[in-house]
Amino acid sequence: MSTVAVPHAATATERPPRRPGVRAVYRWELRKLLAQKRTFIGLGSALAVPLIFVVALLADSSGGPDGLPFGALVRETGFAVPLVCLAFGAFWLLPLITALVAGDIVATEDQNGTLKTILTRSVDRWHVFAGKVLAALTYTAAVLFAYVGVALVAGGLIWGFDPLTTLSGTQIGPGRALVLTGLGTLAYLLPMAAIASIGLLLSTLTRNSAAAVVGTLMVSIFVQIIGSISALDALDPYLLSTQFNAWQGILREPTDWDPILRSAWVCALYALPALGWALTTFLRRDVAGG
Amino acid sequence: MLPIEARGLVKRYGDITAVDHVDLTVGPGDVYGYLGPNGAGKTTSLRMLLGLIRPDEGSARLFGRDPLLEGARALDGVAGFVEAPRFYPYLSGRRNLELVAALDGDGAQYRIDEALETVDLADRAKDKVDGYSHGMRQRLGIAGALLRAPRLLLLDEPTTGLDPAGMRDMRALIRRLADQGMTVLLSSHLMGEVEELCDRVAIVGNGRVLYEGALRELIASAAARYELRTTDDVHAAEIAREFGEVDEIAGGLSFAGDERTAAELSVALGQAGVGLTALVPHAPTLEELFFEMTEGPR
Repeated sequence: MSTVAVPHAATATERPPRRPGVRAVYRWELRKLLAQKRTFIGLGSALAVPLIFVVALLADSSGGPDGLPFGALVRETGFAVPLVCLAFGAFWLLPLITALVAGDIVATEDQNGTLKTILTRSVDRWHVFAGKVLAALTYTAAVLFAYVGVALVAGGLIWGFDPLTTLSGTQIGPGRALVLTGLGTLAYLLPMAAIASIGLLLSTLTRNSAAAVVGTLMVSIFVQIIGSISALDALDPYLLSTQFNAWQGILREPTDWDPILRSAWVCALYALPALGWALTTFLRRDVAGG
Repeated sequence: MLPIEARGLVKRYGDITAVDHVDLTVGPGDVYGYLGPNGAGKTTSLRMLLGLIRPDEGSARLFGRDPLLEGARALDGVAGFVEAPRFYPYLSGRRNLELVAALDGDGAQYRIDEALETVDLADRAKDKVDGYSHGMRQRLGIAGALLRAPRLLLLDEPTTGLDPAGMRDMRALIRRLADQGMTVLLSSHLMGEVEELCDRVAIVGNGRVLYEGALRELIASAAARYELRTTDDVHAAEIAREFGEVDEIAGGLSFAGDERTAAELSVALGQAGVGLTALVPHAPTLEELFFEMTEGPR
């Protein structure tokens, strides 16, 4: 530490600096995610659960998950497997995996004191927040598509990529089944993004990773409980849990857009205020401790 | 444009006023010591300068820019850290620097090798920060600051927790950065460190600035004392009292006065037939001044 020259102190400031922004934050948020165990615990679970489901089906010679859409078709075509997985993933698995990262992404930097490290560079607070939101949403989408993808491949390899009977009773060929599965997954991403936004809010408010992860899952389960109370049926269309079924509109002929459109604005009603609240908190907060 | 101009900064936490109307003026090229006991509000002040926390009153400007109003732009040409520098433990030292350099832009990534060399971490750059010692993290913090090619460096007790060799190296590094024209604000509770490195100081206690100005003037302004040993202390004390305040100390006398009165006293003692065996000037140390200011006269 005593021999080498020091980087030029005053020269670089004379030319107008090129300022990094959301993109720089986003890229590094992804790299940070890729360097953390929890990312792979989430992703690993998303890959493992469909495989376990398939193995369970193989271990049993007949029958399937009763009461779930496409549950009766799982042994007829591989296309039914990811759809069944979507249906049961909504209860707690996918919200939990989403919360694992979204609930952690701000709070963990609070707890480790690294927030002050990145907030004393050349990016503004809203850049940091936006980068984190995008990273959490990217992870959420990656997990969901990995989950559906592995279920589809495993299901198809075992039961074949045969034509699928839609929820309207019509038969569709493998090509169309693949497209509709993809579109259905995109529709499923809406409530997932709302869960991620709630996770980000709790992560920003609580400054505690565990509290935010558990809190997000609690919110998700609480909403399901409200949905199951028949006296409160009037609320159902506006509950987040209901939006986890909206994708089924895609698997009808003709396509039932109503639940999907409603899901879009209902999810936005959850996600946007949560993100707005989180952003204003993040912009104004004192970064102390650490 | 002054590197730091803070006026009337106040930060309260409930009933406690952590920072109480603090004014700070740091000029270009200053190596400025921000000196106070733990809990005096040094770190809170630095956080406000860096825009990490909002002052309840007052404002801070770095090169004329207020971090509250201009966000990251106010930190152009400014780098530093508060409390211990923090990094991502699961990334290597180099990856951590790459990350912060990406958030700096402006060619910061091309300074990584040089910064690692400067703080003597090039050999360990590939290791995860998780395995770094406190001193290594502290040096990585300096490296991270240097990536911004700062004109103003804010350091919060950079030698705290370092071993003696680490402290010496850290001070030498700060000295070299200052010699290259970098303005440095250094918070510290170590008087020796501030005396060694700084030319200007602010002394704070209980959130208030008790003194602000040139270190040399501070020391000069305090009355110097002379330790006096004579062949006849009783007689000498009588004579000395005519020139200034005298205390009896073990083995002699302590006499308050400047060089001129010391010279006059020595002549007077000689004329009175009192032999002078020792006349030792004793300038007040920053430490004594500091305790006098923060705890009152002892």
